[in-house]
Amino acid sequence: MTQAVLEVSNLGVSYYTDAGRTRAVDGVNLTLYAGERLGLVGESGCGKSTMALALMRMIKPPGRIESGSAIIGDEKDRVDLLKLSEAEMLQARLSRIAYIPQGAMNSLNPVMRISSQMLDAMKAHLPKASNAELMERAEESIASVELKRSVMHMYPHELSGGMKQRVCIAIGILLSPKVIIADEPTSALDVVVQRQVMETIVRVQEKIGATVILIGHDMGLMCQITSRVAVMYAGKLVELSTVREMFSDPMHPYAKALIASLPSLENKGVFRGIPGLAPSLLRLPSGCVFHPRCEYAMDVCKTTAPQQAVTPSGRYVFCHLYDEHGNKAPNTPLTKAQPVTV
Amino acid sequence: MRLGYILRRFIFLVFVIWTAATVLFFIPRLSRVNPIRERFAALARSTGYMPADLDNIIKNFELKFGLDKPLPQQYVDYMGSVLRGDLGVSLMSYPKTVVQLIGEALPWTLGLLSVTTVLTFLLGTAVGALAGWPKSPNWVKSMVTPLIVLAAIPPQVLGLLLIYFIAFRMKLLPMAGAYSIGVEPGHLTVSLILDVLKHAILPAAALIIAYIGFWALGMRGMGVTVQGEDYVLFAEHKGLKQSRIFYWYYVRNAILPQVTSLALAFGGIIGAGILVEVTFGFPGIGSTLGSAIASNDYFVIYGIGFITIFAVGVSMLVVDLIYPLLDPRISYERK
Repeated sequence: MTQAVLEVSNLGVSYYTDAGRTRAVDGVNLTLYAGERLGLVGESGCGKSTMALALMRMIKPPGRIESGSAIIGDEKDRVDLLKLSEAEMLQARLSRIAYIPQGAMNSLNPVMRISSQMLDAMKAHLPKASNAELMERAEESIASVELKRSVMHMYPHELSGGMKQRVCIAIGILLSPKVIIADEPTSALDVVVQRQVMETIVRVQEKIGATVILIGHDMGLMCQITSRVAVMYAGKLVELSTVREMFSDPMHPYAKALIASLPSLENKGVFRGIPGLAPSLLRLPSGCVFHPRCEYAMDVCKTTAPQQAVTPSGRYVFCHLYDEHGNKAPNTPLTKAQPVTV
Repeated sequence: MRLGYILRRFIFLVFVIWTAATVLFFIPRLSRVNPIRERFAALARSTGYMPADLDNIIKNFELKFGLDKPLPQQYVDYMGSVLRGDLGVSLMSYPKTVVQLIGEALPWTLGLLSVTTVLTFLLGTAVGALAGWPKSPNWVKSMVTPLIVLAAIPPQVLGLLLIYFIAFRMKLLPMAGAYSIGVEPGHLTVSLILDVLKHAILPAAALIIAYIGFWALGMRGMGVTVQGEDYVLFAEHKGLKQSRIFYWYYVRNAILPQVTSLALAFGGIIGAGILVEVTFGFPGIGSTLGSAIASNDYFVIYGIGFITIFAVGVSMLVVDLIYPLLDPRISYERK
């Protein structure tokens, strides 16, 4: 499980709007290992989906990928997704990296049968394969997401929301991609179906040995499904930890606040929000982008952006409270005094 | 349930036609213009002859055509004869029947209007589809604007401009008519076909230029909506080629309302070109109706109105019946 399959470094995406340049994703570093499930969380507009679209090379004007690399594959076959030509990227989509969309309700063409929508996806990548061969593969894929074979001959409007989401998953795994990005795959479903769909994703992922990036808000779902969690804030990845570490000992103040905001069985009825609002990406605060909302903010936070700290166990954190090895830095509110409760 | 649906739809169609025909029956009767008096006035204008006891003659003709009876009685009589397939006679071109008049004019109108309607639909839809597609070059996207400006100008006004510049000033094409004077349009020969085509270019151009913006705007509007749909984005995520996405995900979905409009446009074919036909002296239904209205020739107005209503009603029925073939979400099977 230590083989890296996707190495994202210094990924930067900006949108050029009339009001100015917004850095939707800013200097994100991320390494994904074979077969793991990584959760990507953060509030709306923090750049989760933009990052996913950047990896698919689907950022549309006025957006632009401005920096970085995303190397996918093992030693035998490594490519930088961000340096592929348009034609090569067309081939890479679905075969190297697949995307399971957020709005599965609407993600299937209403006037085409499911089978045609699976076949055209495969034909775009395997032009020489025979129809019978492809049909067999499609049926196998449909069976692996626990849908009946008859679904293939139906139109999207004849399926329920959960079934449509399963069809999208079945399409996503058709070509056994190395990496699957699931962008809030359960956001439009009720809780029972959510769980079933999540279990389906886990099962097919394990079957084809893919790595999954799961984007979402639902921390509860994340902690059940994923092995590591990355927290994004205002376009930056602020902390990356294992699920256990993230929930028991979050390092970044934003991650701390996020975990503290979850309702728990012990503190029934007590909710702690995060004060303030996410900043506009057009006018980011100076220094550390989180400092105006941070209860541990120091003077240095207002002027200097923190550098990445990596702990011996491999956690990333961007915060002045820690030194470059992730140890608590001396003379910070964390070490000096009790935090001020808000 | 399909048969039941068709039957219900058909009964509705009959009801629509009957209602419209009833309204149509009474409208020309509101006018004070007496078609028989008009006929004699026309005769007097061309020959200088005016019968002495005109009022008496008119009364006799009214007796002959049943126009002396009370209006409700006339209505019942007329509806009865329509049911028997008899649309009556023309008061102005007596003894020609309305069916004969329509039979002479209809092929010209159908020929001109069906070709222009199909061409306009194809061109306009293609321009609209390209204009709504985000990856089109900017000059393609901005093509819709001048077409909308042209769509705001009535086709008969465009016709006058075309006649003035192309036919009169440049003398490139004939000014009016459907064929040259002295040509007998009975026998199909190559020279006749060429002559007819040459005469049809200007009226066709007026209609195409005037209506293409309508199709382009409709398609672009739908296209802009569809190109942002999740299924188009997911198609890109699947790694499909642009051409596949364009035709099978984008155009295929955006074109659905255009098909409805096309069928309705076909239903309205008879009425769409009336003023253009009059402008170009084109011997179609439009010109016939134009002169019938001028002289209040009741039965010709009724007859042409009736087939227009019939065509609209039938094409609406056809749209409803073919729609399930285009859009699987629509079905008449009772679940």
